[in-house]
Amino acid sequence: MSTAAAGARRAPGRRRGSIRKGEATTGWIFTAPMLILLGLFLVVPILMALWVSFSDWGGRGSPFGSGVHFIGLENYRSVTSGGGLAEQDFGTALRNNLWYVIAVVPLQTALALLLAVLVNNRRLRGSGFFRTAFYFPSVTSSVAITVLWLFLFSTTGAINKALSWLHVNGPNWFNEPQGVLHAILGALGVHTGPAALTGHGFLGVSWWDWLAGPSWAMTALILMAVFTTSGTFMLLFLAALQNLAGDLQEAGMVDGATAWERFRFITLPQLRPTLFTVITLGLIGCWQVFDQVLVATPSGGPGKTTLTPAFLSYQSSFKNQEWGQGSAIAFILFVIIVAFTLIQRWVLAERPISRGRRLNALPAKGAGK
Amino acid sequence: MNRRITRSLLMGTLAAATVAALAGCGGSGFGGGSDNGGSGSSKLTSSKDPLTVLIGSSGDAETAAVKSAVADWSTSSGTGATVIPASNLDQQLAQGFAASKPADVFYLSTGSLPGYAANGSLLAYGDQLPGDLKSDFYPSLVKNFTYDGKFYCAPKDFSTLQLIINTDKWAAAGLTDADYPKTWDDLAAVAEKLTVGGTTGLVVSGQYERLGAFMVQAGGNLTNADSTKVTADSQANIDALTYAQSLLKAGSMKFAADVGTGWGGEAFGKGLGAMTIEGNWISGGMQADYPNVKYKVVPLPDGPKGAGTLQFTNCWGIAADSPNQKAALDLVEKLTSKDDQLAFAKAFGVMPSIQSAASDWKSEFPQFAPFLEAADYAQGTPTLKGVAAVITDLDGKIAQLKTTDPKTILTSAQTNLEALK
Repeated sequence: MSTAAAGARRAPGRRRGSIRKGEATTGWIFTAPMLILLGLFLVVPILMALWVSFSDWGGRGSPFGSGVHFIGLENYRSVTSGGGLAEQDFGTALRNNLWYVIAVVPLQTALALLLAVLVNNRRLRGSGFFRTAFYFPSVTSSVAITVLWLFLFSTTGAINKALSWLHVNGPNWFNEPQGVLHAILGALGVHTGPAALTGHGFLGVSWWDWLAGPSWAMTALILMAVFTTSGTFMLLFLAALQNLAGDLQEAGMVDGATAWERFRFITLPQLRPTLFTVITLGLIGCWQVFDQVLVATPSGGPGKTTLTPAFLSYQSSFKNQEWGQGSAIAFILFVIIVAFTLIQRWVLAERPISRGRRLNALPAKGAGK
Repeated sequence: MNRRITRSLLMGTLAAATVAALAGCGGSGFGGGSDNGGSGSSKLTSSKDPLTVLIGSSGDAETAAVKSAVADWSTSSGTGATVIPASNLDQQLAQGFAASKPADVFYLSTGSLPGYAANGSLLAYGDQLPGDLKSDFYPSLVKNFTYDGKFYCAPKDFSTLQLIINTDKWAAAGLTDADYPKTWDDLAAVAEKLTVGGTTGLVVSGQYERLGAFMVQAGGNLTNADSTKVTADSQANIDALTYAQSLLKAGSMKFAADVGTGWGGEAFGKGLGAMTIEGNWISGGMQADYPNVKYKVVPLPDGPKGAGTLQFTNCWGIAADSPNQKAALDLVEKLTSKDDQLAFAKAFGVMPSIQSAASDWKSEFPQFAPFLEAADYAQGTPTLKGVAAVITDLDGKIAQLKTTDPKTILTSAQTNLEALK
């Protein structure tokens, strides 16, 4: 803002306009290569996929060929209300992914914040080592970690061995389709849901099954996602924490705030933009989970409980030759992600605050520059 | 504000122009394709173009054997040919078809055939094969590759399921050659006898592709032999799954996943199961991973409706968009000849798809003869578009057979299969 003001002072309004005009052309020329690349490899394929989702293209030749017809919302209809296997699969995939999101996003955000606060502690010795150690899972290939996970969570693997020391009979992780919540209810003696839940449903999946919770296999994948992504998000939080001025903390100490109060009422509010970034990235990443499923449970098993919309989209297209349905799923997924991001943005939006508090916040913003 | 409108107009025009340009070139590509779109027509494309052969190989032995057979053909015919072992056959095939530049000749599974046949990607060349070769294929295999009344592609080889017995555990349980199970009751009895300590009598992969054998023995299957009628919820199938469920409940049969293994062969090799139901591919697996386990292949027991088992097969697909279908057909004829099929059998343990090679194969591999003898009564998996997804769904439910009513499982399979028609 200050440079623009300075420019205005130096140059008269008329000439400034002509200079700006030249700048715009130059700007377009400089960005053209990237725009063309993005257009060719991102925008055009997306538009093509959008067309495929409205067409009866069967996977042979160009989707714009003469034999391909516009069939309106037919593909969307068959995955959302067709009543067949396609709808059931989509409902199951959404159910699975919803539980995945519900579990992973809060856990990874909380863990990342905790790690960042710990590593940011000035009194901690060897914080560089811990920083690297926590970040390490993020730079390892997700395929390698998935294979490691398959070993750890096998029926006779390390996790079940450790559980057996606690006299707990570990589940058959990657082969157990039962939902965790159903398992808990089962342990309490509830094996079948009330008719109100089992008799009705949404997207071909009964409400009772929507409430099944993530299966044990999905739980293992959830733990893996938390393990691999919290390191990356820790770095984001850490960068934000290191940008915070110390004077607010000192002011808080002078006022007699406890460590928790200082974290809750001074640090956390200042982290709001970072929190937004982390949760948005987390949401998007979680709704797009694909590679772990492909490696760990190649057909979305056990009992389709690790099927996710992204994986289902791939499977419908490449395995079952239902390209229209596959693209339709991809676009529904897109809408879901945008919707979740908007909701989350609204929840985290800055609310009007009292004048006294805003005055306090000002110096921190200046110092952050 | 003004600028923004101009910009969005510009972007919109740009996008529209690009899409139109792409549509233009795609259209011509498609037009070229549909000329060759052979659906039984006797006109084959012919050119000097070299062939690409895309295979889903089980390992180095298979790749080497196919490469050498194709190289032989290439030398004698003068047409170039390259063999590409696919890392993901389904995906690479789909990409080729979508780009109108598919591999000329490729492995094609029974599950993928209906989808590609329906969208016109395949050349239905079955009826253009020489008569003596065509009648030499096992009729049930020809049925597997017949879709919509057209014989699409030549069966490459096939496999059947039989009962595999760990001979040491068999003897340890006091059983002899006279005790090989002849009926379902016999199987239940020996499975119970063989269940000792950490060993379960029978460990199989919990899926239709194994338990379907019981369905055939009971006189059922998911569809009739021509895949024209869905019979998933027939009484025969219910009986078959109820029988399997009784073994599961008795503890004398377990699914491979429930003993912490990936498939029946692994459980069998590790000694977790004294018997398993697998196909002739088990010989390779046992040789590589469990060379010390002694085993014997015997026919599966007869069910209420006699002998029965499932068969699995692949064919040599030829692309409708191939510029050199004539050469491709010639190559396939050579690859399905008796000599080549026997060479493949020696290299990687498959069974020839032609009846005239049977006696040679049996004298070469007498210990696996029951697999080949099953050709007389084995049934294939259904050929309906989209059937792969239904079977995957069914497999997921069969894995829970111990605690689920067989009728519920089969009714949902019936509904899902009927939706495909």
